[in-house]
Amino acid sequence: MGGSILGNRVLRKEDPKFLTVGGKYVDDLLDESLLTGALHVTYARSTVAHGKILSIDTSDAASMPGIVAVFTGANLGLTPQPATFNPMVARSALAMDKVRYVGEPIVAIISETREQGEDAAEMVIVDYDILEALTDLEQALTSSTHIYESCGSNAVFDTTALGMPDNTGDAFFEGCEVVVKQRVLNQRVAPCPLEVRGAAVAWVDGRLYQWLSTQHAQGARDSIAAANGLDASQVRVITPDVGGGFGAKIGSYPEEQLLGRLSKEVGMPLRWRETRSESMMALGHGRAQVQYLTIGGTRDGHVTAYQMHVLQDCGAWFDMGAILAPFMTRPMSSGVYAIPKIECRTTSVITNTTPVVAYRGAGRPEATAAIERAMDLFAAEIGMDAAEVRRKNLIPKFDEPHTTVIGQTYDVGDYEVALDKALNAANYEELRAEQARRRSSGDVKQLGIGVSVYVEITGGVPPMGETAKIEITDDGRAIVYTGTSPHGQGHATAWSMLTSEQTGIPMENVELVWGDTDLVPSGGGTMGSRSLQQGGVAVFKVAGQVVDKAKAIAARLLEANEEDIVLDRDRGAFHVAGTPAVAKTWAELAVAAKADGGLKHEEMHSVASATFPFGAHVSVVEVDTETGKVSLIKQIACDDAGKVLNPLLLDGQIHGGVAQGAAQALLEEVRYDADGNPVTSNLADYAFISAAEMPDIQVVHMETPTFVNPLGVKGIGESGTIGSTPAVQSAVIDALSHLGVRHIDMPCTPMRVWEALHGRK
Amino acid sequence: MIPAPFDYKRAGSAAEAISIVSQYGDDAKFLAGGHSLLPLMKLRLAQPAVLVDIARVNDLSYIRDAGDHIAIGALTRHTELEHSSLLQQHVPLLSHAASHVGDPQVRHRGTLGGSIAHADPASDLPATTLALGATYVAQGPNGTREIAATDFYKGFLESALAADEMLTEVRVPKMDGAGWSFQKFNRRAQDWAIVGVAAWRKGSNAGVALVNMGSTPVLATSVNNAISQGSSVEDAARLASNEAEPQDDMNASADYRRHLASVLVRRALEQSSC
Repeated sequence: MGGSILGNRVLRKEDPKFLTVGGKYVDDLLDESLLTGALHVTYARSTVAHGKILSIDTSDAASMPGIVAVFTGANLGLTPQPATFNPMVARSALAMDKVRYVGEPIVAIISETREQGEDAAEMVIVDYDILEALTDLEQALTSSTHIYESCGSNAVFDTTALGMPDNTGDAFFEGCEVVVKQRVLNQRVAPCPLEVRGAAVAWVDGRLYQWLSTQHAQGARDSIAAANGLDASQVRVITPDVGGGFGAKIGSYPEEQLLGRLSKEVGMPLRWRETRSESMMALGHGRAQVQYLTIGGTRDGHVTAYQMHVLQDCGAWFDMGAILAPFMTRPMSSGVYAIPKIECRTTSVITNTTPVVAYRGAGRPEATAAIERAMDLFAAEIGMDAAEVRRKNLIPKFDEPHTTVIGQTYDVGDYEVALDKALNAANYEELRAEQARRRSSGDVKQLGIGVSVYVEITGGVPPMGETAKIEITDDGRAIVYTGTSPHGQGHATAWSMLTSEQTGIPMENVELVWGDTDLVPSGGGTMGSRSLQQGGVAVFKVAGQVVDKAKAIAARLLEANEEDIVLDRDRGAFHVAGTPAVAKTWAELAVAAKADGGLKHEEMHSVASATFPFGAHVSVVEVDTETGKVSLIKQIACDDAGKVLNPLLLDGQIHGGVAQGAAQALLEEVRYDADGNPVTSNLADYAFISAAEMPDIQVVHMETPTFVNPLGVKGIGESGTIGSTPAVQSAVIDALSHLGVRHIDMPCTPMRVWEALHGRK
Repeated sequence: MIPAPFDYKRAGSAAEAISIVSQYGDDAKFLAGGHSLLPLMKLRLAQPAVLVDIARVNDLSYIRDAGDHIAIGALTRHTELEHSSLLQQHVPLLSHAASHVGDPQVRHRGTLGGSIAHADPASDLPATTLALGATYVAQGPNGTREIAATDFYKGFLESALAADEMLTEVRVPKMDGAGWSFQKFNRRAQDWAIVGVAAWRKGSNAGVALVNMGSTPVLATSVNNAISQGSSVEDAARLASNEAEPQDDMNASADYRRHLASVLVRRALEQSSC
């Protein structure tokens, strides 16, 4: 053997279970003795988008079969709780005076079976004084109807209020030879994890145990404790397998925070799982920005000024979505380009829609989509090739931190190489020649080529670091405790590789523990593509420390100097250099260490900064000019995430990311009718992408290590989404650019494309 | 996503199913593949008091050569239509259209009779059998009767079947080598058609029917007449929406639907002429 396992295409050790017996999700905890006899919780939800609650009649519901208890906010004595970033925005876990979106929970029903709860929820009668439904962001911004009256406005967060400069209007573009303006929609999408939200609770010796489908048990523990007036030590959150999150399961939701209280009221453990219809309305949504873009420069292709005003739709609550525009979109407004002047103001606006949260990329895809759209518009205006105009404006390769004019510092970058790699892999020149042929022959199916170059932030969400603990068992296995939280990414494989690399303990003998706050009290969860560069690096370092501790014990047992002890990784055994026959195994050392508390080590690994992965995507589409139908026929993805630990996991993240990105460009959009009713509240109406709509994805590898961490790794979880969305959208518009089309908002549905072609609306 | 309470009865034969349904009248529904009914029930848009499960009435699952036509049992699954060599030989249009219904899981559950009896204008097989000039056989308490596809579709999700009648067989004339085409325009492979066209052509005879172009499947009579009178495909296709009353919905405006119908009918006729 010999050699490193790192960088190899190691198969996922999780898969045999998931592909055979399946995962064990919250809803599968049927043999958990602490949940014996658990009752079920169903929330009756608002059917109107905006209204004053005049009365709530639960008497019919309470008399239905199997109903144990019915609670309103008033019954429970709930009070409005202020939002973290704007205390003028306050709501209670169950709506009491007012409802602000369709799907907002109003009544909690406790029943013997789930079905009985659903039947009873239908019998809850809520009388409303219906108010104007403001589902449109721009309408909400100017309306005199205020969704939270005490705010005096629906605009609840603005960069100018944070002391950042306001935009200066057209004067900013003085001296530009070319100025292009465009309003761009980055539409609201639904994260749609295959496993919807679910939880179960039980009080155990005065402590609240909560099983939760989450990306971040430790954060959920803190928010659940706070919502229940408990100390964090009184709450234990346990994470079973999680079937996807995409950012929407980072925080905890009112429906989850209330369960402990409800369980106390009825004196029984409880289970709650939302239906898909509920999930589409009440699990947070993503994106939801309107961007006013202006770009200016010279006729020979140099961009000299860029201005954006971002309107961020918060939905009906000041959740994470509200701060994405100022803290994630604005810092990345320069993208990969050396733009000498940038202004970016962001305004976050409350609407009568599902609250907006973090969703795969969370603010950075929106920044990339904006600048890439602006570059295309600028290129079209001056008649320059989309790849060429990008090349002219790229930040040159840098090995030392580079700070853009908006004030964001990137670690390392080599953007032109990424662009070239993607263009070469795509046979860009040939594609343009084929496009020219189709244009001149007037082919019904026109070819479109979209190019995007991006940079993003990964590992940028506090805490800037992660804890790892490794414990060696008496039989020589390694138990790895991590504060990261797998929900599809492949942590068990990756963390086993890192541990095995250091210790020589075979991957199958490495066991991963996560998501149980009693076993792993501190951790940052999995979000913002942070896991490997923080959690993985922590595991790698701690594994090294465990080896050092083992060497000390081996030295004692072998009566040798510690410096003379070597680890034979192939055997997983320690011996004195030169005398391999006399060796101590991991198991022997663990047993020997028992008296001193065992062979283990725990340490927090802190990082100095985020990392900034980058890449370039090329999308090729065919657009049927008679019908407007778009077919994505080719996607080339060059995503540079620094050193690659496992190319298989990397490819998986890129594939999934590209699919979600292409879905935003072509298919997905959460929509409401004029009264604020969601009209995309199931997976038949909401156009979640399937394999049938995806082309083969050509992954082009590129590795530019970062100096930020010792492994040289960056995040890859969100890159595919960030690079693909603008490339696919751009390809659609490019296919029709010779017919005068300059912009089509996402999703580029057949009707939108057809309308763009025929100038109808 | 959880249906309202209902009673469940399983029938061993068509006669038994009909007799159960006769007791309950409008409160009862036949359950075959369940792929139209159950989603409506889960959304509580349909709340039948009784479901009469006919999925195990095995003698209604067959595809037989009946001389000038192919006789298909109502409980024949879409996947069986898709893979039947008899159908591929004599009614390839229906076999092909069946391969476009939903996704593989849907095609393994859904039945031809269920799809037709549900009378959803957005479903592929009602319009396809309409284009083919099929005849449906219904069985009720007093025996069986034949209903021409052209007389069957009465309104949105409404058919000529009485509450106690069960669709038992679909008779589809053999196509005798006619050219054909099925054009399904949708956003995702698994979706219902935004607009669909089922068409066949043999000499100056043509049969064109439209999916999702109104409250019922639509026979494009003007197109069919124009072809028989010697019109060009281009000219005939312009008449695609003459009999249609398309609606606006999330995916398409009525205008866009009319436009799509004419493009797709033209393409379908061109393909059928080859």
